[in-house]
Amino acid sequence: MILSNAGFLSLLLGLLSSFAVFLCSVLNIKKNLLNLENKIYKFLTLQFFFVVISFFILLYTFIISDFSNETVYNNSHSTKPIFYKITGLWGNHEGSLLLWLLVLTSFVLFFFFSSKDEPKNFRLYTVIFHQIIVIGFFIFVLKTSNPFDILFPVPSEGLGLNPILQDPALAIHPPILYVGYVGTSIIFASALAAMVTGYVNNLWAKNLKKWVLISWTFLTGGILLGSIWAYYELGWGGFWFWDPVENISLMPWLSLTALLHCILTLEKRDLFKNWSIILSIVTFMLSVSGTFLVRSGILNSVHTFANDPSRGIYILIFLFVLILMSFVIFFIFENKNLENKKEIFFLSKETSVLINNWFMIYFLSVVLIGTVYPIFLDVITSEKISVGPPFYNKLLIPFLIPFFLFMSVGPNMSWIKTNLKFKASYIYYFLLTSAATIITIYFLTQKDFLLIILIFSLVFLSIKTLTNFFKNNTNHAQNLSHLGFAMLMLSILFNSISSTEIIKNIKVGESFISKNEKITFEEVKTNEKKNYSSIIGTFEVKNKNNKIIKLYPEIRIYNQPVIATSEAAIKTTLFKDRFITINLIKDEQLFNVRYQNKPFMIWIWISTLVIIFGGTFAVFSKKKNYS
Amino acid sequence: MGVHLRFLVKKKITLSFLILVFFVFCFLVFNKALFKDKIYSPDFKDGKTNYLVDFSLPELYSSNEIKLSEVIENKDFSIINIWASWCVPCREENDLLKSISSLSSLQIIGINYKDRKKNSIKFLNDYGNPFKYNLVDKDGTESINLGAYGVPETFLINKNRKILIKIIGPINDKDVKQIREIVNG
Repeated sequence: MILSNAGFLSLLLGLLSSFAVFLCSVLNIKKNLLNLENKIYKFLTLQFFFVVISFFILLYTFIISDFSNETVYNNSHSTKPIFYKITGLWGNHEGSLLLWLLVLTSFVLFFFFSSKDEPKNFRLYTVIFHQIIVIGFFIFVLKTSNPFDILFPVPSEGLGLNPILQDPALAIHPPILYVGYVGTSIIFASALAAMVTGYVNNLWAKNLKKWVLISWTFLTGGILLGSIWAYYELGWGGFWFWDPVENISLMPWLSLTALLHCILTLEKRDLFKNWSIILSIVTFMLSVSGTFLVRSGILNSVHTFANDPSRGIYILIFLFVLILMSFVIFFIFENKNLENKKEIFFLSKETSVLINNWFMIYFLSVVLIGTVYPIFLDVITSEKISVGPPFYNKLLIPFLIPFFLFMSVGPNMSWIKTNLKFKASYIYYFLLTSAATIITIYFLTQKDFLLIILIFSLVFLSIKTLTNFFKNNTNHAQNLSHLGFAMLMLSILFNSISSTEIIKNIKVGESFISKNEKITFEEVKTNEKKNYSSIIGTFEVKNKNNKIIKLYPEIRIYNQPVIATSEAAIKTTLFKDRFITINLIKDEQLFNVRYQNKPFMIWIWISTLVIIFGGTFAVFSKKKNYS
Repeated sequence: MGVHLRFLVKKKITLSFLILVFFVFCFLVFNKALFKDKIYSPDFKDGKTNYLVDFSLPELYSSNEIKLSEVIENKDFSIINIWASWCVPCREENDLLKSISSLSSLQIIGINYKDRKKNSIKFLNDYGNPFKYNLVDKDGTESINLGAYGVPETFLINKNRKILIKIIGPINDKDVKQIREIVNG
């Protein structure tokens, strides 16, 4: 109880330091005082320090299972393994916001520390704009989602953490995703500050690039972890469901990807100034909207922690204040950063970046409309619809073909102007791609025109990207990420067109045939663990070469809270995953068995890791890439 | 030049105004969406009425098979409440159910959803028993037939099995008031 009070007090002190930072920064803009800058440093450190203190206090109350704290009571249980006691901290609304605050305050401190070479007023304005966000979130936490609410009388036992959140991938998914999300707050603040101080130029772009890269890399990692979790834990055998909550992590990713390309042009050519600013603002807005949509309960999903309209209304107002603020600033200071009147040649890197941005904005619009349209429709006409994969497939896949083709040639363009000369190598590329496509098609059962062009463009992209590695003066970070993307698209494509599934209701001892494999249900065992008891089935998969694989799917019945979950048994090989889940039908005798063959599953994870490596490589590479 | 500039400023103001209107519209829509009922019940669209399907389930204590259409004959109104001992909101709801269990023209029928007998009896001993009959739906199939989404869920029906109110999730004071109004009619 004393601990919780101390945590709350620490948060209050953090808020006070935030105000102090804000005041000092505002004062320092007019005057030019060195000691004020030192004060900003101190208060920023203090603000971070207080958040760290409350974070660790909450962590400690989770570890010792102090149920006088309401957050701990609602989301933990004394029999939970220590790992899930810790991750329970961000497995709920209040704790995850504290984590959000922790990342937010550490980033602004790091920004102030690492931007010493930049213009003073730009730094100060960035801190000011960022503090508005920090203060907004401080008040949000303190007013609507205090993680230190006290329960009296103290309950003897907690309610437990939602079992589907008790998973290693999901344990680190929120922190990684948050670093990505929160990184965009620095981009946002910095864009507004650059606007106000007339600093939107190549220098600004050069410094902002690392923030964009960091956020982008972490966001990619966060999305990857979320997908992995969905694949292993939800037991549907898919990794992406176009669920609104997944979409809202994809949307900032798309605009961040657009920004990443755009900012390179700004850095090298001093072009696309306003557009970079707009993208920076949009990216952050999408991140906050994500928080709004997830936390308000407008969308119902596994991510919805609590349906509390007061929280939703707070974020909604906060979001619109930020939008209004950026809108006003944009229109007032637009003239201060006049766009250079430079001619853009059609065959140039500038054009390819522009085309990339058009595609990104198109993809973003499709996802955005698919996500919010049902909400609008519901409010206006009370009609309920759900937008699913067919919508996205129809609108996205045809546009992927030109996108892949542009992506294959774009990176080879030069800045300013590319002189196109006919080279014999083009014929080789074409022949090579055609040959590879024909071989691929031969192995596929499904053959339609769209699919063939899709494979052709993808193979072309992969070959072109691969050859870029062997060129002189090439950007390996970019090559890696592009290659990873091509691999990802290929794996997703093959995975989606050649996955098979068979669903059967069988008893122990029975067997069924799936394609070339015979699946036998051998036995059922029960097992007791600390936080759950489980029913484990043993399945034998025998292929035509008499090679035997054993699979052990589980049904877990968690004790706190009592929820049954189905744990898939997955056997991963280089070329395909075998995926099996069981569900009880009657009396622990008859089971519903789902058996799936999922080709190239592991390559989806590997290629996303390659993309992330590319991003990481770019963050750490010191080399200037003037091509 | 001056005219041109004025034209530009005018254009900018018009554009800002339009964007502002758009954002205000979005704000209002989201605001409304926040307070909208999240629960979708297709049966009640356009005010169409709907009837609960008939079913028979074993009773919790006696294990005798009980048919719904026979027991609802006794009273003008019946509440069908789907509950389980492992369901946390059901504990809070239990008090509210007890508060209306003594109404003369109403009886409460519980459907014990996917539960163990021992746990359900313990639950009723600990928190009190508002139910006149307690039917056991061990594998949850009957509840799904009724169109239930999960636990808890409550239906208020009349003698003809016509659904008067359907509440998804725990009932609250407002629901209780509404039920009282209908029952005391």
